[in-house]
Amino acid sequence: MDAYGTSMHRRFLRYVGASIIVLSCISASWSGEKASEYEGIGRPATDEEIRVWNIDVSPTGEGLPPGEGTAKQGAQVFAAKCAVCHGPTGTEGPKDRLVGGQNTLQTPTPVRTIGSYWPYATTLYDYIRRAMPFDAPQSLTPNETYSVIAWLLFQNQIIAEDVVIDAQILSKIEMPNLNGFVPDPRPDVR
Amino acid sequence: MNDAQKKIDRRMFLRHSASVFAFNAATLALSSAKAEELRISDDPMRVPGDLPRPYGTRSPFESLTRTNGAGPGAPHGWANNASNNVNSLTPLQALHGIVTPSALHFERHHNGVPTIDPARHRLLVHGLVDRPLIFTVEELKRLPSTSRIAFLECSGNTRDGWREAQDVMVQDLYGLTSTSEWTGVKLSTLLEAVGVRREATWMLAEGSDAAGLDRSVPVTEEVLNEAMICYGQNGEALRPEQGYPLRLFLPGFEGNINVKWLRRLKLGTAPFMTRWETAKYTDLMPDGKAYQFTLVMEAKSVIIHPSGQQQIQPGFHEINGLAWSGRGKVTKVEVSLDGGRTWSTAHLQEPVLPKCHTRFRFPWHWNGQEAILQSRSVDETGYIQPTREELVKVRGTNSLYHYNAIQSWRVDRNGRIWNIYA
Repeated sequence: MDAYGTSMHRRFLRYVGASIIVLSCISASWSGEKASEYEGIGRPATDEEIRVWNIDVSPTGEGLPPGEGTAKQGAQVFAAKCAVCHGPTGTEGPKDRLVGGQNTLQTPTPVRTIGSYWPYATTLYDYIRRAMPFDAPQSLTPNETYSVIAWLLFQNQIIAEDVVIDAQILSKIEMPNLNGFVPDPRPDVR
Repeated sequence: MNDAQKKIDRRMFLRHSASVFAFNAATLALSSAKAEELRISDDPMRVPGDLPRPYGTRSPFESLTRTNGAGPGAPHGWANNASNNVNSLTPLQALHGIVTPSALHFERHHNGVPTIDPARHRLLVHGLVDRPLIFTVEELKRLPSTSRIAFLECSGNTRDGWREAQDVMVQDLYGLTSTSEWTGVKLSTLLEAVGVRREATWMLAEGSDAAGLDRSVPVTEEVLNEAMICYGQNGEALRPEQGYPLRLFLPGFEGNINVKWLRRLKLGTAPFMTRWETAKYTDLMPDGKAYQFTLVMEAKSVIIHPSGQQQIQPGFHEINGLAWSGRGKVTKVEVSLDGGRTWSTAHLQEPVLPKCHTRFRFPWHWNGQEAILQSRSVDETGYIQPTREELVKVRGTNSLYHYNAIQSWRVDRNGRIWNIYA
C-alpha cells in the first residue's frame, strides 16, 4: 500500500473533501445557484462502497487492480476454466472464437476475435472479470485474470510468451485492430 | 345429490381445472380435448361465472407464446443449454394495436434473468458528480416520474436479412421488437440530484446480472431529454426479463444499451469501450472497418398480415403492420402489391408517437394472382426506409446488426406467403 493509503491519511483526505463539499454548498447558496431540491433522497456513497462497486476498466487502464500473470500460467487457467466453451486453443468453440482471424475482416467470412477485431486490450480485463467463466462469473483472482489475458494475447501473437502482464503493461498494449472503427456515419444509405 | 348440487360441483371442478391451467399457462398449450371440455360446459347464460381473481390471466383458449431464437445462426426452438438460450421472440403475427403485452415482450439476456429482491437492490451514481449517491428503488419512486410509450428493438432484429432468405414467420425475423409504456425517473432528474459536472460527456451503465452487462451512453442533449431509469412497464412493475426492479431506457436506441437490472451509473469524459460496444454491436463494413456506437434504430416497417408461412383465401384482406423509427415519428407508410413498382399510402392508426410502433392499415382484395407485398416507412427527418439492394450496396452483408431494409412477402397462387428478397 502506498504512502497515501494509510487510514489516517485517508481520514484526513475525507475531512478535506467534506470541507470542500460544505464550502461549495455555501458558495452555491451565496452565488444564488440552486442546490438539488431532491436533497435527502439517496444517501451519500462512501469511498469504500464506490471502490467495491466500481469494477469497470477503461482504455487508459483506470480501474485495473494490482496483480500480474504470464501466458504460461494463463494456459492452465484457460484449460481448466475456459476451454470447455472456447476450445483448447481458443479457436474451436463452440462459443466465441477468441484466437486467429487476422486478415479476414474484408472477406465474405470475417472471423472476429480478440486478435483480429478487439480494439483495446483493457476490455479483456473488464469483460473477463465481470462475466467469465460463464458458469462462475467474478470467480477469477486478479492474477488468474491477468494470466489468462496474457495467454490470449500470446495466442493471438500480440505479445511474446514471457511477457508479464500487469496493469501498466496491459494499458500500453496496442491491439492490431485499434484503428478499425469509425464513428456512426448514418444515415449512410440514400 | 340434486341437480343444482351436481351443477355446482361440476362448476367447481371446472374452476379448479381453469386455475390449474392458469398456473401452468406459461408452459402449457391447452390440449384441444381439454379446451373442448371447457367449451361444452353449461350454457354460460345459465350458470354463474368465475369469481374475481387476485391476478388476471388470459382465457384458457389462448395459447400465443414467444418462441426461442437461440443463439446467432442456431436453429429456432427452446434450448435447454443456458448458453444457447439467450432470447425469445414476440409473436407479432397475432398481436393487435401497438402495445406488446408484458408477458410477450421479447427477451435478450447475456447470462440469464436474475432474481432480484427490490428491497435489497441499490443504484449507485458516481464519477463526475458533486454528490455520489446510492438510491433505493423506493427513493427513486419518490422522485418526479414520467411515462412514455416507445418501442424497444434489439439491433440484431432481422439479422437473417443479411443472409439468404429463409422460409420463416414474421415472428422469426422481426420478433426482437416490442412496445411498452415505460415509467420511471428522467435521467436528467437523477443527474440533477447528484450534481452532474459539466465535463461529463459519457456515462457507463451497468447491470447486476451474471453478465454484469456494461455500456457507454453518450450524454447528449437527446439523451438528457429522453433517457429514463424505469421501474414500470405497462402499468405494473417491470417484468424480471425486462430488468426488474430497474432498467435504463433510451427511446430509439438499440436494445442492448437499455441496460437491465441497473445497479450503477458512472459519469466520465470518454466511452469506456466495453466488450459490448467493441467486439459486439459494431457493424463491420465491406472495407474491413466497423461502425461504432450505431445507437439509433433507423426507420423500419413490416407487414404482419398477411406474412410469412400464412395461408390466405381470395377476397378481402386488411393488410396491416407496424412501422417505427428511432429518430422520431413515422410520418408515412406506403404499401406496394407488386414488389415495389407502384406504391400507395397506408392509413396510420392513431396514436402516432415518436420512437414508437405505429400500426398501419391498407385494404386489399386478393384476386388469386401472385403478388409481392412490401411496406416502406418514412420518418419525420425525411429518412426513407431503403430497399435491401440499397442497404447491401453500402454495408455489404457482414455487419450483423441494424438491418432495416424493406421486407418482401411473396403471395403465391395458392395463397401461401413466402419470405423473399425482391
